[in-house]
Amino acid sequence: MEFAELIKTPRADNVVLHRPFYLAVEGTLCLTGHHLIFSSRRQDNAEELWLLHSNIDSIEKRFVGSLGTIIIKCKDLRVIQLDIPGMEECLNIASSIEALSTLDSVTLMYPFFYRPMFEIVEDGWRSFLPDQEFELLSSVTDEWRMSCINKEYSVCSSYPPVVIVPKSIDDEALRKVAMFRHGSRFPVLSYYHKKNGMVMMRSSQPLTGTNGRRCKEDEKLINATLRPGKRGYIIDTRSLNIAQQARAKGGGFEQEAHYPQWRRIHKCIERFNILQESLIKLVEACNDQSHNMDRWLSKLEASNWLTHIKEILTAACLAAQCIDRASVLVHGTEGTDSTLQVTSLAQIILDPRCRTIRGFESLVVREWLQAGHPFQQRCAQSAYSNSKQKWEAPVFLLFLDCVWQILRQFPCSFEFNEQFLIMLFEHAYASQFGTFLGNNENERSKLKLPQKTMSLWSWVNRTEELTKFQNPLYEANSLVIWPSVAPQSLQLWEGVFLRWNRPSKFLDEAHEEMINIIKYNKELQAKVNALRRQLAEMETDDRMQENL
Amino acid sequence: LCHFFAQVENVRLLDRLSSRKAALGTLYLTATHVIFVENGSETRKEIWVLHSQISSIEKQATTATGCPLLIRCKNFQVIQLVIPQERDCHDIYISLIRLARPVKYEELYCFSFNPKLDKEEREQGWKLVDLNEEYNRMGIPNNYWQISDVNRDYGVCDSYPTEVYVPKSATAHIIVGSSKFRSRRRFPALSYYCKDNHASICRSSQPLSGFSARCLEDEQMLQAIRKANPGSNFIYVVDTRPKLNAMANRAAGKGYENEDNYSNIKFQFIGIENIHVMRNSLQKMLEVCELKSPSMSDFLWGLENSGWLKHIKAIMDAGIFIAKAVAEEGVSVLVHCSDGWDRTAQVCSVASLLLDPYYRTMKGFMVLIEKDWVSFGHKFNHRYGNLDGDPKEISPVIDQFIECVWQLMEQFPCAFEFNERFLIHIQHHIYSCQFGNFLCNSQKERRELKIQERTYSLWAHLWKNRADYLNPLYRSDHSQTQGTLHPRMAPCNFLYKFWSGMYNRFEKGLHPRQSVTDYLMAVKEETQQLEEELEVLRERLANLQESQLNDNKVKSKQQERSKQLGLSTSNNSLANTPQEYSNDLKSFPSRSPSQGDEEDSALILTQDNLKSSDPDLSANSDQESGVEDLSCRSPSGGGCLPSEDSGKDSDEAVFLAV
Repeated sequence: MEFAELIKTPRADNVVLHRPFYLAVEGTLCLTGHHLIFSSRRQDNAEELWLLHSNIDSIEKRFVGSLGTIIIKCKDLRVIQLDIPGMEECLNIASSIEALSTLDSVTLMYPFFYRPMFEIVEDGWRSFLPDQEFELLSSVTDEWRMSCINKEYSVCSSYPPVVIVPKSIDDEALRKVAMFRHGSRFPVLSYYHKKNGMVMMRSSQPLTGTNGRRCKEDEKLINATLRPGKRGYIIDTRSLNIAQQARAKGGGFEQEAHYPQWRRIHKCIERFNILQESLIKLVEACNDQSHNMDRWLSKLEASNWLTHIKEILTAACLAAQCIDRASVLVHGTEGTDSTLQVTSLAQIILDPRCRTIRGFESLVVREWLQAGHPFQQRCAQSAYSNSKQKWEAPVFLLFLDCVWQILRQFPCSFEFNEQFLIMLFEHAYASQFGTFLGNNENERSKLKLPQKTMSLWSWVNRTEELTKFQNPLYEANSLVIWPSVAPQSLQLWEGVFLRWNRPSKFLDEAHEEMINIIKYNKELQAKVNALRRQLAEMETDDRMQENL
Repeated sequence: LCHFFAQVENVRLLDRLSSRKAALGTLYLTATHVIFVENGSETRKEIWVLHSQISSIEKQATTATGCPLLIRCKNFQVIQLVIPQERDCHDIYISLIRLARPVKYEELYCFSFNPKLDKEEREQGWKLVDLNEEYNRMGIPNNYWQISDVNRDYGVCDSYPTEVYVPKSATAHIIVGSSKFRSRRRFPALSYYCKDNHASICRSSQPLSGFSARCLEDEQMLQAIRKANPGSNFIYVVDTRPKLNAMANRAAGKGYENEDNYSNIKFQFIGIENIHVMRNSLQKMLEVCELKSPSMSDFLWGLENSGWLKHIKAIMDAGIFIAKAVAEEGVSVLVHCSDGWDRTAQVCSVASLLLDPYYRTMKGFMVLIEKDWVSFGHKFNHRYGNLDGDPKEISPVIDQFIECVWQLMEQFPCAFEFNERFLIHIQHHIYSCQFGNFLCNSQKERRELKIQERTYSLWAHLWKNRADYLNPLYRSDHSQTQGTLHPRMAPCNFLYKFWSGMYNRFEKGLHPRQSVTDYLMAVKEETQQLEEELEVLRERLANLQESQLNDNKVKSKQQERSKQLGLSTSNNSLANTPQEYSNDLKSFPSRSPSQGDEEDSALILTQDNLKSSDPDLSANSDQESGVEDLSCRSPSGGGCLPSEDSGKDSDEAVFLAV
């Protein structure tokens, strides 16, 4: 298919762009296969806006006489308005945008066409390989092995080819366990807590069904992670009620009788359309320009967004707390959503490595991309969509929001800043990079993403970009950081949800000032050290001369 | 120590969020404080509470473990004690009821508080804030405004100061005439003057207009205010009450200005609720803060239901309206409510703060409170219940103003010279009665009591410790520092937040565990030391180069010193322990060995330990006892223990105890 077929009016002049807190700008609008480009003619301050079609969540059109107006609502939550003279031009442009922003085929997406304008120092597709992780693990324990059982994605389509499992469990047993777990997602290692050798595993629900089916290999597998005579925790991210209902559909949970060494804790984390609706309501509240305080608070409350944040964080803290004294298995139903929220947040709390930029990237790769979080389905639409598909849900955004909440409570313990999290949110929904395309490793390899597209990490991990995402306050903190989950401690993530609704100038300036204060301090430090050295040398010389 | 009125052993201090974290200790009652000292000499956790901070004492039903006593404080501390013997509890309760409600000013702490300053230092302290100097700074007196002595001896209005600034064309006759037409004779007087465009903010009480009454002098007074601003042909009259309230006042012979009777005024209502509504609103919000493990919905619903943020926004909106009129339209504004000492003070000071960067400095903020609140007769004694009085007079009027400032600080992080701690300490001392500044209801009463001769000024105290109160992001040449602040009005543009730093002040577990402010302050302090050292080193280098042949110098201690400079996070550490994230964990038999590993808890920079010199939060730092105040660092928060406790109160025990 040629994009040109979809673009009847590739260019329109005298278009006026409206954005909150900016003066309206007149300029030229151009449509390309993947971008909407607006450039102002003002010579003093020429300005260009490039918008990926895939970033467009919904568009509305209105007409007053022959002047058409298109309101574009983006997945990164910004809303812009374009006034386009000429009914026909406007209609053409609107229908082109509509078509181009809802392309069916992944291979037509921009990452397959994007040619990087920067030098590639490191191929991000090879930055975080399972072997490296396993090597790290092997240096502290020999109780685990890498299994290639899923090499051709033959056992579990949503798992990566290589997984880490207890050494004592052979591939034959794994195959049997896979039959006993939803979507074949058998328990695998998620995190090894060096301090005490406890581990966190994740899986999907066991397929016990109504007649209480059991699987000896499954029991053996998870028991293999326990220390002799010790017990472990199973954190089920569903309420007991929902877990019980799941039995009717063949699913279920670990029965006490068959897993006597495990204590099951149910922590309800919502999924799917409940989350999507929550996001839609929250963003609607954030865009409400009324001056009414009660309305704002009640809409914020009714959106339940912060309730979800609190639920997820609480479950993650609980998981982290359990690992402090026992091994843990986390699962919900499929083990691709709430499970990953819990396992990844628990690691941020426990493991200082995950609070570095590289460590966090590695976490996203391991616990989200390789673990098979269906990004393409979940992030297909954002807060302005009308499609109401069951599989769309801001699961990853909620995770990022939770990270932001912890970052806010421990502002000196993270190597990255808020912008880093916002950047990941943007790229998960629309990107020139292939990283978040596809729903799992299987799909990604079929799409040949590593060969055909550029990795986000190739771009981010360059010094120029990294400096934007570094937290000036960072001081490595090797300890566990326990966040507060009290409502008073959780806040609306303004950086995402009010980003386009408030002038950010003052907060940006504050950030800049912060950087300057620290930069100046470091410069002085360097100067003082240099002088000290110089003095010491001179004094030594002096002494030597004296001794002579 | 001091003379104890009472001393009770084996009292348990409960942690509001975790029943397992009770501390056992001794309760002391002195003439000025309630003191709890934990048993065991190592940690010596102490809580000191001034009697004047106590807002309510509740004796609850006796249980098997003892008799619970709940003390709520005006600085939002909540103390839950369990006293073994019912009779002891009753005695303490009765004593506290009496001690918390003094009937004479002389009983207040400021009359016995002695920071060991000599007379001269005390007098200097009182001179730190000088309102005449402030009006001079504004450019007054000038061709349009003058100081009037019409109220010398408080003859015209006993709640006004002796020195009042009025338009030059307002004669004594006009002023006196106008005062007779205003509630409590609070005639229009100058609060703020903008020398760039001559626009001003004046304040008064409501006119006694009833349904039709007029007063020529009052009309002339407003005319005079308009004339004092040659750039504008009208003035705004802002009534900060809801219209209904103002109309109801007419029946009592009071009310509001009739536009037809006054030439060239534009009349405007900006509805801010009265003190009773505000008192109830705060009460409701505090109930929300006190909820045990509330859900997000409980909290947000409760917050909305309290209406607190709505009221804060109303005050801010009024301030924004006035600042806009003055700065952008160049129009003078007369502000009043009923008596002109509550809402009027709030609104005038918010507007001044938005308009003039000076009020956003530490000194300027002191001046602002002195000007709009203290001198104009805000009834501190009645509103903050310093002496036993009518509970219906109590209302968090200045608390709301202080919160408005905090909300602005959150949106304009570089615009204020002071930090959040400064606001919190001012709030604290408005209630503490440790300093004389906020005693009584008017200047007249304060002069009669000879406050300045008998007590100390808070401003001098804060000024002395100003290093603790600096906002590290403030720079006097920064663009945010200049000119008028323009906050947005819709909640989605200007996010009004719940201020947990104030209302959950003593629950450290709810606050960010690392403070950006404190971190930056430490960096800046280090920077300053580095600058000094650099200077010294350069000098030495120059000397050394100059006198290569001379004997080498005595080794300096520079290197040792520089080691101490490093920002060590582990020295300034706070053990960070988890909250209770699940009830399910309790019942799981603890068979795993306790891994109460020290290093398990985060050691980090926090507000408390960086500011180990947290000044006088419980008003006892200057006590002769020499017992250091630890109350402000008490671990009343949800699972957040200060480092000194971490050793013995291992968090493991907390989470797996059966």
